[in-house]
Amino acid sequence: MRKFLAILLVALSVFIFAKFKIGVAIPAADHGWTAGMVWWAKYAINQYKNDPTVEFYLVTAREPSEQIAQVQALLAKGIDALVLNPYESAPLTPIAVKAFREGVFTVIVDRGINSKEYNTYIAGDNYMYGYLAGKYIAEKLGGKGNVVIIEGIPCSINTERVNAFKDAIKNYPGIKVIAQQPGYWSREKAFEVMQNILTKFSKIDAVWTGDDDMLLGVILALKQAGRTKNIILVGGAGEKHIVKMIMDGNSLVHVDFTYPPNMIATAINLAVMALKGEKLSGFYQKGIPREIILSTETITQENAKDYYFPESVF
Amino acid sequence: MIISGILSPAFLKVRNILNIFWQTSYVGIIAIGATFVMIAGGIDLSVGSMVALLGAFAIEVVNKLGDNFLSVLVAILATYGLSVLLGLATGITVTKGKVPAFVVTLGGMAIYRSLVLNFANGGVYMSMSQKYSSIGMSFVLGIPFPMLIFILYATIAHIILSGTKLGRYVFAVGANETSAYYSAIKVDWVRIWTYVISGVSVTTSAILLSSMMGSVSSSSTGNGFELDAIAAAVIGGTSLNGGKGSIIGTFFGALILGVINNMLVMLNVAVYLQGTVKGLIIIGAVFLQNLSRE
Repeated sequence: MRKFLAILLVALSVFIFAKFKIGVAIPAADHGWTAGMVWWAKYAINQYKNDPTVEFYLVTAREPSEQIAQVQALLAKGIDALVLNPYESAPLTPIAVKAFREGVFTVIVDRGINSKEYNTYIAGDNYMYGYLAGKYIAEKLGGKGNVVIIEGIPCSINTERVNAFKDAIKNYPGIKVIAQQPGYWSREKAFEVMQNILTKFSKIDAVWTGDDDMLLGVILALKQAGRTKNIILVGGAGEKHIVKMIMDGNSLVHVDFTYPPNMIATAINLAVMALKGEKLSGFYQKGIPREIILSTETITQENAKDYYFPESVF
Repeated sequence: MIISGILSPAFLKVRNILNIFWQTSYVGIIAIGATFVMIAGGIDLSVGSMVALLGAFAIEVVNKLGDNFLSVLVAILATYGLSVLLGLATGITVTKGKVPAFVVTLGGMAIYRSLVLNFANGGVYMSMSQKYSSIGMSFVLGIPFPMLIFILYATIAHIILSGTKLGRYVFAVGANETSAYYSAIKVDWVRIWTYVISGVSVTTSAILLSSMMGSVSSSSTGNGFELDAIAAAVIGGTSLNGGKGSIIGTFFGALILGVINNMLVMLNVAVYLQGTVKGLIIIGAVFLQNLSRE
């Protein structure tokens, strides 16, 4: 009898305190964009702080093996959903698949895994990110001019963007890429590289940098060399200082293309909706879509205020 | 350098040469500090993270105090003060605490980086001050200010290392600790001073870099500086085992690194192969030096 009561008590307490546990595993902030992702993950989690039915565990990793260990620990905790931005695709695939097979609702963010065994995949559009920048520059130059590419850390995402950029300018034989160098998604590196490029070439008509952090470095180099006139500058990702410049009608930068770090916040919301059995508005289907590719949005002076998050770190 | 000149005519433009000096100065100044540490038989891996921490500290102090000459001065002095404390702490842990320098400074590298990430919430420290931001970007007699400081700093360091008692002690401690001890040299304190010098060098570099960029990124500023600084010293003939080295060597070692980086851009070397080119040149430079010495 006593045993029965004890079991009843345990069962009851589990029922009363039942919470959806959601694990969020993302890379640590190693450059501006990833810092933005960490910020947005915290922001999204904070939205649920008064919701007693969900509980979050946020972990950040400096390298793949650390992230694997973190996901293992999350699974041991008995999470109901996993939101994972894999540090690298291949090494994180087995543990993500394991989570899925254990019945954990698995949301993979941005960098995919080498398997189809997940519930939902949400990512930015690397192709359009590069393509739209290339198209904008080519059209602005009227199909003729010298273009400099300052790309990010060599990796598959970066390659996809750069190739898309080149796809876009391929239709304009008058556009010439005179230099293509890595700025490693770092302001200082981009500054240095741009300084060197400026001394080598006396006529540069446009510069495309893989992201806005590097664009800030490039702008500094241009200002220092006194060559801010007649040059088209395009970055990407919607860093807040660049968005502010566009919003204020700065003479140097007029557009930006999004690759939003707040996709992690959307992913967290998707996980919560899935656990609570909510569906996306406008959808007749109940389930959360299997794959979502966010569109690359164009930021201009007119709409910049919708993309300006002054309190964000990116 | 001659080869670079032939391969790319733009290399020899005055502007480009100035740029190389300019870009070299940040790592170069740190490498000068590292030279002291390495001659005394130690190593300092924490310098890269320290650049971010000290740069962020300086920017924050100026932002708090307001945009005027006095607050910039206070911030610079406070940053030097902080770095002296950090240097003392490192030195004392290494000598009195008997923890290997590699371990202490590896720990320091992780600690400083995580502290600045924590304070900045992973983001960027922006300088609100025009006065502060104008330091690193200014020119004196047509010469970039950081380059001027680099040359001045190297000159002073050279005088200290080769013309003072402290300099002689640094060599003595690194060459043979036991005999230095019996010559009544305070071995521990000589070592501690080298870490203080390293800290002061990092501050100099951090102030120039953060004021030039007008910002410090908590995640990326200073990444890899420790290896570049050690590489510059080694290319310049400083021994990893201590006891040997010179400021002039380090100065040119740092310049060689700067020339390599510049050349990679000037010749538009393919992205993926840049590391290979850089690595081969570094190994080759030290190899040639050894040959010429024998």
